Amino acid sequence: MNDRVRHRWVAIALLVFLALALVGCGGAQTTTPTEAAATQLPTATEPAETEAETTLTVFAAASLTDAFGEIATAFSAANPGVSVAFNFAGSNQLATQIGEGAPADVFASANRKQMDAAIETGRIDADAPQVFVTNRLVVVVPADNPAGIVELTDLAQPDTVVVLAAEEVPAGQYALEFLGKASDAVGFGSTFGDDVLANVVSYEENVRSVLNKVALGEADAGIVYTSDAISEPGVTTIEIPEELNVLAEYPIAALNDSAFGEEAAAFVAFVLGPEGQDTLARYGFGAPSGQ
Amino acid sequence: MSWLGSTGAGRRARDRRPPRHRPEAWWALALPLLLFLVLPLLALLFYSTPAELRVNLARPEVRQAIGLSLRTSAWATLAAVLLGLPVAYLLARREFRGRLLLDNLIDLPIVLPPAVAGLALLLVFGRRGWLGAPLDDLGVRVTFTQVAVVIAQTFIAVSLFIRAATIGFAAVEPELEDAAAIDGAGPGQVFWRISLPLARRGVLSGVALAWARALGEFGATIIFAGNFPGRTQTMPLAIYLGFELELGVAVVLSVILIGCSFVVLLLIKLILGRGDSDD
Repeated sequence: MNDRVRHRWVAIALLVFLALALVGCGGAQTTTPTEAAATQLPTATEPAETEAETTLTVFAAASLTDAFGEIATAFSAANPGVSVAFNFAGSNQLATQIGEGAPADVFASANRKQMDAAIETGRIDADAPQVFVTNRLVVVVPADNPAGIVELTDLAQPDTVVVLAAEEVPAGQYALEFLGKASDAVGFGSTFGDDVLANVVSYEENVRSVLNKVALGEADAGIVYTSDAISEPGVTTIEIPEELNVLAEYPIAALNDSAFGEEAAAFVAFVLGPEGQDTLARYGFGAPSGQ
Repeated sequence: MSWLGSTGAGRRARDRRPPRHRPEAWWALALPLLLFLVLPLLALLFYSTPAELRVNLARPEVRQAIGLSLRTSAWATLAAVLLGLPVAYLLARREFRGRLLLDNLIDLPIVLPPAVAGLALLLVFGRRGWLGAPLDDLGVRVTFTQVAVVIAQTFIAVSLFIRAATIGFAAVEPELEDAAAIDGAGPGQVFWRISLPLARRGVLSGVALAWARALGEFGATIIFAGNFPGRTQTMPLAIYLGFELELGVAVVLSVILIGCSFVVLLLIKLILGRGDSDD
């Protein structure tokens, strides 16, 4: 008897909790139902109170998360009535989603290959993409540097724990390119690349998790983008010289089926303009002309 | 999730039989869910031709992933059973202070995002972790090894085993254990000869659930054990990375993963279906 009464109260409490959660979610977000349904889309930077008339949907490479968040705030301030919602993910996932017809107004890719894939879907004009930023590789080690790595050749020392990005993602391909170039260069030795690869314990699924493994001290060294390293206080960097480095170019383009063509073009222009470029530089990206 | 419920409720419901409903109406109502579950599986199955499936299946990295997955998930299941049995028995048999808290704790890994579990394991077993740091001083590294894969899978899967086994033990009449004890059986004998055999339905379904969950584990593994083909790259990891590069590999592994899980769950259900009166 007592039990039954207690169960009823617990059930009521649970239902009230769920109901509050449902209502709470509905009230807090000002996004459209489709955006709310795709829970992975961070609704990001729109201030909750302003009644935005237009919401631009920007698909952007994960490495742009911090910089683009700041750019969006400045863009919305300069363009009252326009807010920006982001979908940050790996460029290849974004290109796939665009191919599947996901609603998007702007696409910023971490490499040319995925932009080309998006062009092939017909939703981006072939002459639309513009390189808006560049990125380079850098070696990161934990701040306390347990393996005592001070120069690039130390990466080949036996028993050094190295993590790289998987070759399936651009950063991993670039890292392999660097190792290849270094093996042919003076001062490294022809087995440098193989020796480093023998030290690799994990090919991480994205470049951010390479950075995290190093920052946590799980790995003695990793290879990431300069823009990743700059945001992480737990690591110190070892520069890779210009001639061995790889230049990653990020293209951006508005989609040709965007309902807000004018605003989308304005956002692209804003990223390419001085304010956008300043912000990106502060987050460790290189200017497009710096080749 | 019937294994979360109590066994008594089901039996009571069967006793007072409801008036007969028209079965067609129930089938019509069940159809949306059936389609919802079956259509994605069919889409996956028919994505590639059988020839493509065979070619991808022959690739060494695919075979490596399959072998590694079967091996690690088997070890994880064994660990879950050995570590979980005493807890399940305690939960089923004893009233003690903090029982509700223990019960709740056991449920946590079921609802925890696996990535959180992976991070937490890193903070314990990682090179700077609570246990990992002393181990590292002894020259033992856990992260990025096959042991790490097994640890991650065990952490995620053990709850499912304990849940099901607890229900199994709870259904064993305590009088039977008492009778055996009176007849001179020691506590160990009572457990192995009476309690465990009588609880086998619950225990076995726990084994199946834990194994299937370990086989599908992704988030904790990739964070805690990393991704290295042949060493820590299990099927779910290869599927995820295959999605980045080669959809064909991802699809063939997905089909195998689903096939494995389906067959094992079915086998266990067939074994369970034989003998006892329930179900």
